[in-house]
Amino acid sequence: MNGSYELVIKPRSGWQPIDWRETVAHRELLGFLIWRDIKIRYRQTFLGGLWAILQPLIAMTIFTLVFNRLAGVKSDGPPYPLFAFAGLAPWTFFSNGVSMSSGSLVANQQLVSKIYFPRIFIPIGAVAALLVDLSFSLGLLFCMMIKYHWHLTYHALLLPIFILAAFLSASGIGLALSALNVSFRDVKYAVPFLIQMGIFVTPVIYPIRYVPARFQLLLGLNPMTGVVIGFRSVLLGGPADWGLIWASLAMSVVLFISGLFIFRRMERRFADII
Amino acid sequence: MKPILEFCNVSKEYVLGGATRRKDNLREVLVRHLKKPLQALTLKPKEPVREERFWALRNISFDVNPGDVIGIIGRNGAGKSTLLKIMSRITDPTEGHIKVRGRLASLLEVGTGFHPELTGRENIFLNGAILGMRKAEIISKFDEIVAFSEIEKFLGTPVKHYSSGMYVRLAFAVAAHLNPEILVVDEVLAVGDMAFQKKCIGKMSDVSRGGRTVLFVSHNLAAVQNLCHRGVVLTHGQLSFNGTAKEAIDFYLHSVSGQGSHGHVIDLANAPRTDLRRPRLLEKMEFYMDGSTPMNGNLPMGAPLKIRLHFPLSKPTGNFEIGIGFDNMFNQRVFTAHSCFEPDRSHGERLGPQVFVCNIPSLTLVPGEYTVRVWMDIGVDEVDLVDDAARIQVIESDYYGTGRVPWNGAFVLKHHWYLEQTNGASTPAV
Repeated sequence: MNGSYELVIKPRSGWQPIDWRETVAHRELLGFLIWRDIKIRYRQTFLGGLWAILQPLIAMTIFTLVFNRLAGVKSDGPPYPLFAFAGLAPWTFFSNGVSMSSGSLVANQQLVSKIYFPRIFIPIGAVAALLVDLSFSLGLLFCMMIKYHWHLTYHALLLPIFILAAFLSASGIGLALSALNVSFRDVKYAVPFLIQMGIFVTPVIYPIRYVPARFQLLLGLNPMTGVVIGFRSVLLGGPADWGLIWASLAMSVVLFISGLFIFRRMERRFADII
Repeated sequence: MKPILEFCNVSKEYVLGGATRRKDNLREVLVRHLKKPLQALTLKPKEPVREERFWALRNISFDVNPGDVIGIIGRNGAGKSTLLKIMSRITDPTEGHIKVRGRLASLLEVGTGFHPELTGRENIFLNGAILGMRKAEIISKFDEIVAFSEIEKFLGTPVKHYSSGMYVRLAFAVAAHLNPEILVVDEVLAVGDMAFQKKCIGKMSDVSRGGRTVLFVSHNLAAVQNLCHRGVVLTHGQLSFNGTAKEAIDFYLHSVSGQGSHGHVIDLANAPRTDLRRPRLLEKMEFYMDGSTPMNGNLPMGAPLKIRLHFPLSKPTGNFEIGIGFDNMFNQRVFTAHSCFEPDRSHGERLGPQVFVCNIPSLTLVPGEYTVRVWMDIGVDEVDLVDDAARIQVIESDYYGTGRVPWNGAFVLKHHWYLEQTNGASTPAV
């Protein structure tokens, strides 16, 4: 078949580059793993795929009641429920992505210890499978916009950039945490806590202008700040601090690349210690 | 022609203790890193890290030529699975390297990646992709896979509702249709019902006759002998034999009979008793295979077993008897050897140290572990009993001389089959 093909299996140590050739050769498997995750996520649930939109919808209702009505948090233009939901849709994607992917290697330990394929597919596939949920909640957001007579503009065409940024950040963090989780199951307990903290340092509930100007750029180092601001800006209109957005976008790329490297460095020991 | 697989000093070292070892506890790691600067300040010598390590594989070197069908045999823990894991790229070697010149697929278990919630049809695709098949390849072989698995009717049922037999059939069907240049198989034939096992062995021989390179690990020595023409034996992580399959099996059988879990001499005088009031009469028990070859716990099925029992008689006694019981892992007595069954016993009263020998020309128990219980009677009274005197591991062998290992029942018996000549029926004319 392929006479010239020669692979040398030898000890590896230190930082490993990504083997792109091999990753591309296995791309169909990534597709199958995503497809599997989507298929089984809501199997044997009564509400099925509805859970994808219920989660941000319920959060939106609670936030509207507690922060908007009781605490008097105001949006920066659109009705608060729209404002909250436009932030919650990417945030839910991101937080579920981080928690699913950080546990993904251990959840698939059978695969890791019995067969070889590019391991990065496991955490990345877990995040990618959630894109389906994100599209459901975006659909719901469009319905809500119709209800509130809020019009889409051509700015919405920029949305994929922010979806990509959310994907890269969730995957980057997920790659690193899933690799750590193989050695330290502490990750399992720390992640829900970190995600809970995360929503408060991301302008999901409140608009960014509530944050003192000198802290805003610091907030921009949180990649989800730019994503949430970007989502709102391109979908609902209104002002956007592009400096902040660029900082977050750059941050998401940095996170993804570091995640890949951390993962690759720890990868060779997975099968021995999982 | 270049070898398709080249093993060059492949070694693998493991740190004992698994995931719970010191190094992998987050708190310990943090504490250690925080301590480092402090240690540097106080100039305290660095605490030596004491970890127990062992070499699962040591300097394994051999070549595999295209079309070779190699059986890898060895006791549990000899490193067979580690070797397969390294060539499957699941884990890295610690030293050395392997050159692989072809598409390699490994089958370390059947049904890797099967998801219980997915249907049979969905699992065929998922499992196929995990094993390295292309989507187009799976689609083109789909009908063949389904036919092989014999589960057409249940394709739309989630596999969690399958019986274990159906599950294994489906899983093996997918694996059997892999089409790599090098196929690595671990122990997967040990599952499934009889008829399906036969079918799998048939499929495996088709594969090997098709000129493909196969590396096959199994405890089923008969299958190794049937399928493979070369064999390598691993002993304590080292390559101890490399030759034809037949020679390798002979080598293996010879070597295991010399290295059991306990020596061939068992000290019964100090063995625990349940009844502490009785004197300890039974002193020593010795195991031999044929002649004077010591038997250290591993006995090929059907091999002869000679047991020598030492005990003293403090006063002249005539009516003493010894019983030896073999209990299987389910605590069922499968065989009792008792001196009262010996028709030729004609001895008068005896005094002083005695050696009573029990000769079993062929121990035909099926492979498995047996607990040996030994007791002594004088007259109608049991005077001594050692419950768990020894463990015997009966290992697979080609008892019938057909290369087929019996798969169930408690023991094997010589038996013969022939067709009677009948009127009217005849063999078809050639």
